[in-house]
Amino acid sequence: MHKNLSIHLAPSLLKSKNEKILKRRFTIMNSGDTAWVLTASALVLLMTMPGLAFFYGGLVRRKNVLSILMQCFIIVCIVSLQWVLFGYSLAFGPDFHGIIGTLEWAGLAGVGAAPNSNYAATIPHSVFMIFQAMFAVITPALIIGAYAERVKFPAFLLFTLLWATFVYDPLAHWVWGTGGWIKSLGGLDFAGGIVVHVSSGISALVLALLLGKRVGYNHKPIRPHNLPFTVLGAALLWFGWFGFNAGSALAADGLAANAFVTTNTATAAAGLTWALIEWWHNGTPTILGTATGAVAGLVAITPACGFVNPMNAIFIGIIVALVCYTAVAVIKGKLGYDDSLDAFGVHGVGGTVGTIATGLFAEKAVNAAGADGLLFGNLHQFGIQCLMLVVTIAFAAIMTFVIFKIVDAAIGMRVEEKNEIIGLDLTQQSEAAYTVIE
Amino acid sequence: MKLIIAIIQPHKLEAVKRELEAVDVNLMTVTNVVGQGRQKGLTEIYRGAKEAGGLLNKVRLDIAVNEAFVEPTIDAVTRGAHTGSVGDGKIFVVELAECIRISSGERGGVAIG
Repeated sequence: MHKNLSIHLAPSLLKSKNEKILKRRFTIMNSGDTAWVLTASALVLLMTMPGLAFFYGGLVRRKNVLSILMQCFIIVCIVSLQWVLFGYSLAFGPDFHGIIGTLEWAGLAGVGAAPNSNYAATIPHSVFMIFQAMFAVITPALIIGAYAERVKFPAFLLFTLLWATFVYDPLAHWVWGTGGWIKSLGGLDFAGGIVVHVSSGISALVLALLLGKRVGYNHKPIRPHNLPFTVLGAALLWFGWFGFNAGSALAADGLAANAFVTTNTATAAAGLTWALIEWWHNGTPTILGTATGAVAGLVAITPACGFVNPMNAIFIGIIVALVCYTAVAVIKGKLGYDDSLDAFGVHGVGGTVGTIATGLFAEKAVNAAGADGLLFGNLHQFGIQCLMLVVTIAFAAIMTFVIFKIVDAAIGMRVEEKNEIIGLDLTQQSEAAYTVIE
Repeated sequence: MKLIIAIIQPHKLEAVKRELEAVDVNLMTVTNVVGQGRQKGLTEIYRGAKEAGGLLNKVRLDIAVNEAFVEPTIDAVTRGAHTGSVGDGKIFVVELAECIRISSGERGGVAIG
C-alpha cells in the first residue's frame, strides 16, 4: 500500500485554465490505476472460485466435492454482503484506538467515487473497497482446507461469518487500516501474508485439532478424487494471484510490475524446488507436489512482493518449498493432526516464511515507502516482522478457539459419523457430483 | 472352488482388505456398484425436483477361493465390514465351475491362488 503521485506537478499548473481537468487527471483520479485495480479485483475473485474451489475440490473424495464447491461459492456471497454492510467499515473505517474501525462507513456510507487519499489517492474509494472485499472473501475460504469432509453446513456458515467479523476485520485494520497499531509500528505486509495467509493457516490448524481426524484417517493422506481439478485450480490461483499481489500496488505502475515479476519468479522457484525435493526424496516428481509447491511460493511472496527484488524472490521460493514440504510431508504425519488439505501446512507455514523473509530481504531501493530488512542492516524491521507474526498467531488461534466453542455449543461443528461416511454432498446438500449409473 | 461375492460399505474396503490379507487371501477384483437394500437411499434434490430414495454407493468384491479358504474368507469379510446396522452388506457364495490362469494356461485349484 503506497502512493507516489505526481502531486508536485500540480503547483506549476495551478494557473492553467485547464486546472480542474489536470487536477482530476493527474492528482485525483487516474484511469489506468482504476482500470487495473478493478481488473485485479476480478482476478482475486477468480482465486476463490473457481481457483481455490477446484484446488480443494479435487483433493477430497468424490462424495465431498460438491461440499467444497458450495463452501467456496457461498463464502463469496456471505462475505461480500458482510463487507459492504459493516465489514469494510470495521477493517478500514475511521480508527478506534488502533484496534478496529468504527461503523461510520457501515453500508458504505461515504464510500463512493471520490478517492480516499489515505488508502489510494488515484482510484475511487469504492474501487479500493471492492478490491479489499475479494481479500476478505478468500481468507475464510482458505480455512476450508482444514475442516474439509467433516463439517456441518450450518456450522460452517456461522463460523465463517463470525471469523470474518472477529478475526479478519480487526487484523486487516491493525495491519492495513489507517491508524491500525501494526501499521503505525511499521509492519510490512504488501499483499496479505499476515492478514490473509498466517491468520487463515493458524486458524486452520486450531480447527483441525479441535475437530479431530476424519473417520478412517490414519496418518496418511486420503487419496484425491480428481487431480486434474486440483491442477486446474492451482493454475487459476497462480493467474489470479497477479491481481492479488500486483493489484496491491493500487496503481498501474513500476511497483505493480515489481510485484508481478517477484510473484511469478518466487512461484516458479517454489514449484521447481518442490518437484526436485520429491524426486530426491521419493524417486519421482509429482504434479500434485509441483502444484502445491507453486501455491506455497505464491503464499510466501505475498507479503514480500512489493518490497524485494526478483533475485531474492528466487531465494524465497526455494526456502518456502523446503520448509512447507517438511511441514506437510514429514511433520504432519508425525504429529498426526488431520489438516485435510494442508491449509496450515501451505498457508500458515508459507505465510510465516514470507513474513520473516520480508524482514530479511526488503529493501528501500525497491519500494521507498517500505523499509530495509535485516540483510540490508535493519534489525529493527526484522524485529517488527517477528512481532506482528507472533501477535497474529496468538490472536488468530485464541479467537478461532473461542468461535469454535461458541458454534460447537450452538449447532455442533462436526457432522454425525454416519453422515460423514455417506458424504457431505448427499447428507448436507442432497445432491451428488457424479453418477455411477445414469 | 467357490466364488465369493461380497457387497460392502465403500469405507469398509480398507478394513476388509486388511482382514483378508491376515488370512492369506490376497487376490480379488473390486468394483464400484450402486444398489438398494433395507437401508433406504437418501433424497436428492435438483433445482427443487426431489428424487426420493436414490441408490446407494457400495463396493463389490469378487474372490475366487479353494474349499479350505471359503470359511476363513467369509469370516474375514464379516469382521472387516461389520458395524451391526442395516447397510453393512451381503456375502454370496456360489459354485465355481472352472478357473484358468491366462499367463500359464493352468486350470482348477492351482490357478486360483
